[in-house]
Parts: sequence; structure tokens; C-alpha cells
Amino acid sequence: MNGRVQHAVARLLGYIGLLIVLALVLAPIAFMVAGSLKPDARVLVEAGGLAAFLPAGASLDNYRDVFARVAFPRYLFNSLFISALIVIGGLVVNSLAGYAFARLAWRGRDVLFSLVLVVMIVPLEAIAVPLFYQVTLFGWRDTYLVQILPFVANAFSIYLFYTFFLGLPRELEEAARLDGAGVLRTFLMIILPNSRPVFATVAILTFLTQWGAFMWPLLVTSGEAVRPLPLAIATFYTLPPLQWGDIFAFGVMMVAPILVVFLVFQRWFVRGVATTGIKG
Amino acid sequence: MSAATPRCAGWLLATPALLGLLVFVALPFVLAVVLAFTNLRLGSPLPLEFVGLEQFRRIFTDPAFTRALLNNALFVLVVVPLQTLLALALALLLQRRMRGRVVFRTLFFLPVVFPLSLIAVVWVLIYAPGPEGMMNSFLALVSGGAWDARDFLRDPWLALPAIMLTSLWQGAGFQMVILLAGLQAIPGELYEAAAIDGAGRLQRLWYVTLPQLRNTLIFTVLVTTILAFRLFDQVQIMTRGGPRHASTTVMFEAVQAAFTRQQVASGAAMTVVLFTVVLLITGLQRRVARQVREVA
Repeated sequence: MNGRVQHAVARLLGYIGLLIVLALVLAPIAFMVAGSLKPDARVLVEAGGLAAFLPAGASLDNYRDVFARVAFPRYLFNSLFISALIVIGGLVVNSLAGYAFARLAWRGRDVLFSLVLVVMIVPLEAIAVPLFYQVTLFGWRDTYLVQILPFVANAFSIYLFYTFFLGLPRELEEAARLDGAGVLRTFLMIILPNSRPVFATVAILTFLTQWGAFMWPLLVTSGEAVRPLPLAIATFYTLPPLQWGDIFAFGVMMVAPILVVFLVFQRWFVRGVATTGIKG
Repeated sequence: MSAATPRCAGWLLATPALLGLLVFVALPFVLAVVLAFTNLRLGSPLPLEFVGLEQFRRIFTDPAFTRALLNNALFVLVVVPLQTLLALALALLLQRRMRGRVVFRTLFFLPVVFPLSLIAVVWVLIYAPGPEGMMNSFLALVSGGAWDARDFLRDPWLALPAIMLTSLWQGAGFQMVILLAGLQAIPGELYEAAAIDGAGRLQRLWYVTLPQLRNTLIFTVLVTTILAFRLFDQVQIMTRGGPRHASTTVMFEAVQAAFTRQQVASGAAMTVVLFTVVLLITGLQRRVARQVREVA
């Protein structure tokens, strides 16, 4: 009996703990959403109490102001375009490389694969300075290209594809080979349909990283023409007059697309992030 | 004929990706190391030459850079243990079968999908100075009115902790999801065997859960540590490294050196230091993880 009471108390305390953490996690988000809906002047004034989370007198004025003050659709398009091309290009080249490393025999394969593993450790931050001067030499500053091409080939994605393909049963391909299918055909007809989870994982991880890209675009772009959203909000928030309602409306619109993707493909997001951990 | 794999097929498939890695990672990486040993400075009248370890001597005697290294180290020492404990506690609580589990997991993960730049901007307002600011009001509330309003982001003692809290808010959910997956991979028989042996809840946690979770824990600690050394976005947006370098980081200093002051070689040397730290941490993690495997 005593044990059961103890158990129930522990459960209740656990629940309360979860709810407190949940409130702290959601508070900044609720603050942003509520602030985006109320008059600019009230956002800061009401930040100190519960009113901060309540959009009293809600209107869409701030959203209208954002469109009037900056080229939001342009930034949105830039972000979508850049992220989408990196994801699609990355899925193609990295999956092919992962397959070559996992399943095909070729000269230099093992040496090159160990180099890929080395490259995997190099963060963008460590190479940003020379890469900047390199792309300047190429004449690529202030373009879409400079924000896309350097990030298509990705060592970590290759590694994820490689480990997944290693785990596929070989019989699948052997049957196709006997039927006379070539390498590319085997990959497209046999491997691809059996590898949806790893494609989803890589796509989601890549999209998540690129949608938030800030440092690189900050270094290589200057005009609004090709700048993505993360950079645009950092500039928008320094743009006078300082109107927090507008800034929050910008924020809500910026996070909305990825939030929708997240809620729809939630299972894949969680699995994608989790696999990166398990494989480590 | 077509059944035989041509010898060059592997090369052909791997070439696009390998070419990309060569031009955009390997080449700049080699350049970073080479540049770090030169005196390259844009607009400088001096001829380009190799200066050996001079740049490293300079950055390690530069108070801003040493402060940046210290700040990154402090960041790791504070954020990594706190975030790991919080994430572990959340994962353990959510591991049990309970009402609303998926909802909790989804909402805890929510900050992970927010771009860092947006988070930084929102938290600037949360840290607004004056008693009506959200963080100031919150601290006044929980301290029973004992808290005096502070200007967090312009306070030499509070600017870095303020950024730490922002990162903690965002990172805990990420770490929790990885730990939760690790917990679910622990075979149920182990718990059953422990229960038959009469182990209580705490004993099962100590003798089954934590040892089984060790590699996952080591991995999440590694990732969080490396992310802490790459810290840039929040610093750039929230404090610009200030006040007086109080919240600067290695990457922020590298960008300042290479792009604001045009001291390319100096900036390259800083990023080489950054990479060396990342390499050491990765090596350490692999070593620890291997030992665990041998023991297990």
C-alpha cells in the first residue's frame, strides 16, 4: 500500500515538473505570438505580467506593417529557394556517393571514405574566412549560388546514407543485377524505394540547418535581393522605428512554414534527430 | 555484359559529392591553416610572407581573444551539465507510459525548429531593461520582490549568462529527443531481470538505465560542447560581444578580425584554434566511448 502511494506521489510530482518546464518553454513563443497581434506600444509595456501572453485587442495591423516596411515575400522566396535547392541537390549527390562507398568496389574507395570522415568534423566556422575569399575570387558574392553550392555536398549526409545502405540486404540488388540492370538503374529502381527513411532524415536535417543559416549569408550578401529570412529579421529589428509588434509579426511569419512542416512530418523530425544520436 | 559492374561506376557516382567537399571544405581548410602562418592583411603595404607562429602569439596575447576562449569554456562548463541534466530528467519522465506524452514531447521539441536568429531577437525583448521587462518581472516575482531590475545585455556580469539561458531554452529539447530514443533502445528484459533481482526504481536507474545510456549521453555532450564553441548568431544579434568583450566568443572575434578589421591571417588563426578544440573534443569522445564499449 505504502509503495503504491509513494508511486502515485512520484508520478504527480513528475507531472507537475513537466508542466512547469512546459510553461517556461512556451512562454517566449506565446509572448511572440500575442505580441504580433497587439498594438506596438503595448508589447513592451505589458511584458511584465500575464497580459504579455494575451493578445487583447488583436488585429493583423502588424502583419500589414511588415509587408509595407520590408520586402517580406522576397526574403521568404529567397529562404525557400536556397533551402530547397540545397536539400534536393544534397539528396542526389550525397545519396549517390553514399551508395558508391557502401556497395561498389572501386580504386581509392577506402582512402576517400576515411577522408570524408575527417571532413565531417570540420565545421563551417573553421573554414569561413578562406571560403569567403575563395568565393570572392570566383565573383560569387551577393548571389544565390554562393549560398547554395558550398552546402550541397555534405560529409555527414554521405555518412548517414552510407550506414543506411550498408544495412540493406544485398539480395535485393543481386536479383536486379541478374536481370541485367546497370548500377544507376539498380540504384533508382531497387535502392531508392527501400530507403525512404534515410532520405527523409537527411532532407529534414538539411532543411532545418539551412532555414536557420545566418553567419554565412551575413558574410557573403549585402543587398536585400538574395538575403534569406534569418538575416532579414536581424536587420529588421535594428530598423527604426523600433516596433516590437512588427518584429514579432515578422518572426511568426518566418517560423510558420517550418512549423507546418514540423507538425505534419513530426514523426520524421524526431526520428531524424534521434538517429543522428544513436549512430554516434 | 551490363550485369558486371564497371570499375568506374563507383567513381562516377561519388565524384559530384567528392568534388564539392574538395572545393568547399578541404581546400578552404588547407587555406585556413596556410593563411594562419602568414601576415595577410587586406590593404596592408607589407609584402605577403610567412611569419611562422606570430599570428598565434598575437591572438593569445590579445585580451579580447583570450576572453573569447574563456567565455566559450565557461559556456560549456555551465550549459552542458545543466542542459544534459534537464534533458535527461525530461526524457526519463516522458519515457513512462502516460497521458499526453506525445504532446509534451512535441512541445518540448518546438524551440529546436526556431531559427537561432529569431530566438535571439525575441530574447532581446525578454531581457528588456527596466522593471516592466519580462525577465526582470519574472525574477522579481520568484524572488518575492528582492530582485532589482537590470539591463541584462549591457551588464558585464549578466550578458553571457543571458545568452547561456537562451541557448539552454533552445537546446534542451534537442538533447531530450536524442536521449529519449536512447532510452527506448534499452532492451526491456534488462529491467525485468533487475526487477526480479529486487532492484528498486533508483537502483534500476543507476545500474541499468545510465550504463545503457552512456554512449548516447557522451554523444549529446559532445554535440552540445561543439555547438557551444561555434557560438556566433546569438552573440552577433544580442550583444555584439559586449559590453567590453564580456560576452564575446571565438567565432565572433574571428569574424571581427577577418572582416571588420581585414586582418585575414589573424582571423584564420582564430578559426584554426576553433578547429583544434573541436578536434580534441571529438577525439576525447571517441576515446571515452570506446573504453565504455570495452568495459561493457
